[in-house]
Amino acid sequence: MSHVLEIRDLRVEAPNGAVLLHGVSLDLNPGEVLGLIGESGAGKSTIGLASMGYGRGGCRITGGEIRLVGTEMREASRPTREALRGTRIAYVAQSAAAAFNPAMRLDTQILEVPLLHGLMPEAEARAWMLELFRALQLPDPEHFGARYPHQVSGGQLQRAMIAMAMAGKPDILVLDEPTTALDVTTQIEVLALLREVIRRYGTAALYITHDLAVIAQIADRLMVLRHGREVETGPTAALLEAPQQDYTRALVSERRESLGAVSGAHHRTGKALLSVEKVTASYGQTPVLHDVSLTLKRGETLAVVGESGSGKSTLARLVSGLLPPRAGSVAFDGTSLPPRFRDRSPAQLRRIQLVYQLPDVALNPRQSVGEAIGRPLALFRGLRGKALADEVARLLEQIGLPADFAARLPSALSGGQKQRVCIARALAAEPELMICDEVTSALDPLVAEEILRLLRKLQDELGMTYLFITHDLSVVQRLADRVMVMQKGRVVETGETAALFADPQDPYTRRLLDAVPQLRTDWLDEVMAAR
Amino acid sequence: MTLPVFGRLPLSALLGLLIVTATAALFLFGPMLAPFGQEEVLGTPFADPSAGHLLGLDQNGRDMLSRLLYGARMSVGVSLAAVVISFCIGVPLGFLAALNGGWPDLIGARLIDVIMSIPVLISALVVLQALGSSLPVLIGTIALLDSTRVFRLSRVVAQGIVVMEYAEVARLRGEGLWWMLRREILPNALPPLMAEFGMRFCFTFLFVAGLSYLGLGVQPPFADWGGMVRDNQQGILYGLYAPLFPAGAIALVTIGVNLVVDWALAGRTTVQGENR
Repeated sequence: MSHVLEIRDLRVEAPNGAVLLHGVSLDLNPGEVLGLIGESGAGKSTIGLASMGYGRGGCRITGGEIRLVGTEMREASRPTREALRGTRIAYVAQSAAAAFNPAMRLDTQILEVPLLHGLMPEAEARAWMLELFRALQLPDPEHFGARYPHQVSGGQLQRAMIAMAMAGKPDILVLDEPTTALDVTTQIEVLALLREVIRRYGTAALYITHDLAVIAQIADRLMVLRHGREVETGPTAALLEAPQQDYTRALVSERRESLGAVSGAHHRTGKALLSVEKVTASYGQTPVLHDVSLTLKRGETLAVVGESGSGKSTLARLVSGLLPPRAGSVAFDGTSLPPRFRDRSPAQLRRIQLVYQLPDVALNPRQSVGEAIGRPLALFRGLRGKALADEVARLLEQIGLPADFAARLPSALSGGQKQRVCIARALAAEPELMICDEVTSALDPLVAEEILRLLRKLQDELGMTYLFITHDLSVVQRLADRVMVMQKGRVVETGETAALFADPQDPYTRRLLDAVPQLRTDWLDEVMAAR
Repeated sequence: MTLPVFGRLPLSALLGLLIVTATAALFLFGPMLAPFGQEEVLGTPFADPSAGHLLGLDQNGRDMLSRLLYGARMSVGVSLAAVVISFCIGVPLGFLAALNGGWPDLIGARLIDVIMSIPVLISALVVLQALGSSLPVLIGTIALLDSTRVFRLSRVVAQGIVVMEYAEVARLRGEGLWWMLRREILPNALPPLMAEFGMRFCFTFLFVAGLSYLGLGVQPPFADWGGMVRDNQQGILYGLYAPLFPAGAIALVTIGVNLVVDWALAGRTTVQGENR
């Protein structure tokens, strides 16, 4: 049988002349799922879009061939290409919330492709949509289509988007990180249903992701990409068992380590550095924290875990004084902290520092690295001139960046480098408690791994105490001494990391732990079978 | 702020700089270059361009070229002064309102809404009628009225910056007001503010023209470009060139200023800390 998609020596260039893809070739068989994996900037999404004959944001396809079900997309006329999109090949984006028109009903948007292209009469299209809704286990399939995007949950919307892509009965789906924006427990449902639908209708797919464990569940073959070049390609199981290239080995072992290793718990026995007593907090009338208490000893790492909406970030804002609690109190090093940061003394402000999830917005784009790191030094420690420059250089060295980075603006740094600068800025204040709010979730796995190593190194050298907020349980396992699981603003369970992972007491904790994808091709089958 | 290097100037920027430089030169030396006085009546009204009068004569038979050269100082001077003052008032207040929020912000913003709901021309008429139309009063009035618009823009732009995490970091560090305004908000608010500056500068030309028409702007016999468009406008009905020259001068300066603004903003048009 012939391939549904053949790409030969594909070259894509950005408007500024940078080469995004240096001659990548691939074949896709009918009904086959090919996983494209790599870090950001590897060219995964570029391949996905190019296979539809499309270049994003002025990117041009400058060489190679793209043959989609027998049609050469580069030579095809615009109407021909447009006729193929949606009918033979369809795209599922990462963020369904951004891909749906908020002002149109879901069914109108889903039926658009089959009706616009005249693929089938409306009654038939509607029946097909209902079948898809049922296959995707959407609630109340008869009436689901009448809803607007904001009336359904994130996981449901992502499934609706899969229905939209399948509406034209395409031969190929391009899935661009379709589950990355979802919570772990939602992710596994969407993943299982997606796999079910693809298999049932024999649809081929290009599955784009940076998460090796996710793709292991669904892909027949994997293609590893880096810097716009193919690193290696092979059947999923074989590639995971015996990666041939160093880069693939690094990716696989990062993922294995992140799931295997249990952190060497520090077991600090010192005094409590931070203690939060029965705090309750709300945004306006909406309560977000109920009766939350925690204690954190000096030199210890406490991970606060939960899905979006669990109140874990609110807890960080509360400790840092950005959101005063309705009730309860926060004490730091034995003395009670004023609820608002404005009422705290400079010393109190200095001793608690925050590192954010998105280094892009946590650094002022008009301040150089040196200025960003130097300001807390000048403000809290009164350093000036040469002493200041020396201290900035020392901090840069400590976080593993060359000293001449001090002159750079954030726009000249990569995501991982920006996060390092954010950490250096926090360190400059010589804090005793560092609140890390999802510091690795916006980073590629290997970069995230380096940041975690840096944090651990700082803890060993400086005896830093971390309040580590995350939804990523593999991070918790590697870094935290103790874990606190939160759900809907309440503490569900607290315990030593190893003990909690080995024997979770609360059903929610168990569900959360089970939902973390593992690097075995049969993991999803096991989980679904166990339900 | 640091401007990009002069070496590789795009054509549009070169053109813009040329126009702005020429305007600046006219502002400084215009009256000295004029072959005739701005009040001298030299021939029949609306005479066509000739060797002696390159741009012809205006509705009163005065030399168009000379009046344009004299008018440059008046028009550019009034506009520039008014816009600079309006920014000096509007920007700090807008930033402060965004930064501190709460009741003062709410009251200030609503007060500005009330002022803005009255047409600018009417507010200006009342003030100028009451205080008399001298140059300082004219500039002050325009500046105050314009500052309401600058305030609104600055406030909205700053509100977007204040919620950024880098601004939060600075507040958590205990930074004072001056640092917040000068180092965190201003550099990131510059692009939209500069674009607004270019626009406001040009609008003010036309506003002064409107006031002049009603006899409350720049007082005759002094020339100003906006006023000259108004004065010569009946020439259009007879297919004469006269009104085209001052109108063209305004258009040219407008284009020049905006080309320069666009160039200065190129590569830094991302607002609100979008680094990617």
